[in-house]
Amino acid sequence: MKIRSSVVLLVLAILGLLLLSACSKKEEQASNKAEVKQAPAAAPATPVDPATAATITGTVKYPGAAPKPVKIDMSQDPACKGGDNTVETLVVNKGNLENAFVYVKDGLGSRTFDTPKDPVTLDQKGCRYHPHVVGIMTGQTLKVINSDDTTHNIHPTPKDNREWNESQPPKAAAIEKTFAREEIMLPVKCNQHPWMKMYVNVVKSPYFAVTDKDGKYTLKGLPPGTYTIAVVHEKLGTATQQVTVGAKESKAADFTMKAAQ
Amino acid sequence: MSLTTPFNEAHHRFATVVAFCTFLLIIAGALVTSNDAGLAVPDWPTSFNHWPVTYGYFAVPLVGGIRWEHGHRIIAQFIGLLTIVLAVWTSKVDRRPWMRKLGWAALATVIAQGVLGGITVLHFLPPSVSSAHATLGQTFFCIVVALWLFTGRTWVQDPRMQLPTKRPSLPWLATASAACVYVQLILGAAFRHHGIKLLPHIISAAVVTFVLLWTVVRVLSEYALVEQLRRPALMLLTLLMVQLALGFGAWLTRVEWGREAPQPGMAMVYITVSHVAVGALLLATTVVLAIQAWRHVAIPTAERIPAGAAKPVAV
Repeated sequence: MKIRSSVVLLVLAILGLLLLSACSKKEEQASNKAEVKQAPAAAPATPVDPATAATITGTVKYPGAAPKPVKIDMSQDPACKGGDNTVETLVVNKGNLENAFVYVKDGLGSRTFDTPKDPVTLDQKGCRYHPHVVGIMTGQTLKVINSDDTTHNIHPTPKDNREWNESQPPKAAAIEKTFAREEIMLPVKCNQHPWMKMYVNVVKSPYFAVTDKDGKYTLKGLPPGTYTIAVVHEKLGTATQQVTVGAKESKAADFTMKAAQ
Repeated sequence: MSLTTPFNEAHHRFATVVAFCTFLLIIAGALVTSNDAGLAVPDWPTSFNHWPVTYGYFAVPLVGGIRWEHGHRIIAQFIGLLTIVLAVWTSKVDRRPWMRKLGWAALATVIAQGVLGGITVLHFLPPSVSSAHATLGQTFFCIVVALWLFTGRTWVQDPRMQLPTKRPSLPWLATASAACVYVQLILGAAFRHHGIKLLPHIISAAVVTFVLLWTVVRVLSEYALVEQLRRPALMLLTLLMVQLALGFGAWLTRVEWGREAPQPGMAMVYITVSHVAVGALLLATTVVLAIQAWRHVAIPTAERIPAGAAKPVAV
């Protein structure tokens, strides 16, 4: 009898745990939806007069010699062979830093901006993310596609947004997600292919850019004012600079990051 | 109800198989963590939306992280089946009531272990749940090893000895060894799953080494002729040395060299998985030694009788 009652108790306990786990999952999903729905309820966008709009451009530099590219071993998945297989953590071309995220950190006051209707596309190709760093506005859609002949899973590990983890087989429909809160350098990884890492930068304004292979960036359409421009890099950290632009003015703001330790 | 049972060779052999397969399961679990593949299959209890029973186990290409996570699930489900058979078999053939309970306890533990594994996947590997999953896995291994020991010929047929001891008594010393190794495994799991820093694990390693060496020296100096104690003590000493070397290797490959690595390196995977596996063997060995010590070594009276009860009473 004792054994029977123990077994019944055990089964009940397991069912309880399963239910608890399923409930908390549903609650999470429900609260995530609520969060996304609440996001667009912000104040209407503050118009920027195109006739006075200013531009900030610049180059992000890396001091010293370019680091030797580290090789990735993709042999664990035959579908991954053939592509470029060096790490993108620190890409430097002739002293210019690629994949740094540049944005207006401060100075926009209480201005609000419309969320772009076009999604930002993230492709998984050759078992790498393209692009390696993206910028996106809060509430804007991130469209994830899989161009590989293997299954990937997309797993953002945010601090301030909701975490999710979804697998995407070859030729599967695109996964579309939004991020409700601002978050810089939000890591995204694939648990099938541990070398696959990229960063999403979620901001409230459209004034952001990712440096190209020449380390260059452009922030267009800024209203005249004084701004704190921040450059963030996954390995080198953050650098900031104050820049004042007048109406129709175009200013340069170059940055030199600290060398990697 | 009986306190003794006849030796059942088939039952004991089956317990041996379950213990060995559980050891393989611990290795499979360690491979998942070392390859950073814990979330390669995002759903649970389904795998890619298929229930285990109806799911074609090998329909999914076992590549990348899926190979480790899905492989771990397949082995775990197989161990679950083996444990059901072992629990039922034990309840049928073993006359000792506590052994039947231990069989059911093994089944309860393996089910709870599966549920913990599922919860940690659904909640994106929280360190506390992942560490609990790792620790409960080791606990299950110890229970199965105990079942293997209790079904063995020497346990069933050989008489108990009443060997003398000095303070602290060997049974308590061996129990302290098992407890220390268990705490060390919890700290190791917590570090591995990003719950704590490395320092507590290193400090604990020094304490464990001291207590284990004390225990081994006690056994080899006083009970060298008692096979039931000498064998686990010698194994403990060997495993301790190997484990210390592996611990250093794990620190080197994972913490020092692996800090900037773009992916888990082969050396890091081999060494950290070996560190987990040898840790499991070390814990099981201390448990076996403690059980044998409690069986064969007589505890001094003063330790057995509560302090108040030992006082002289006027008649």
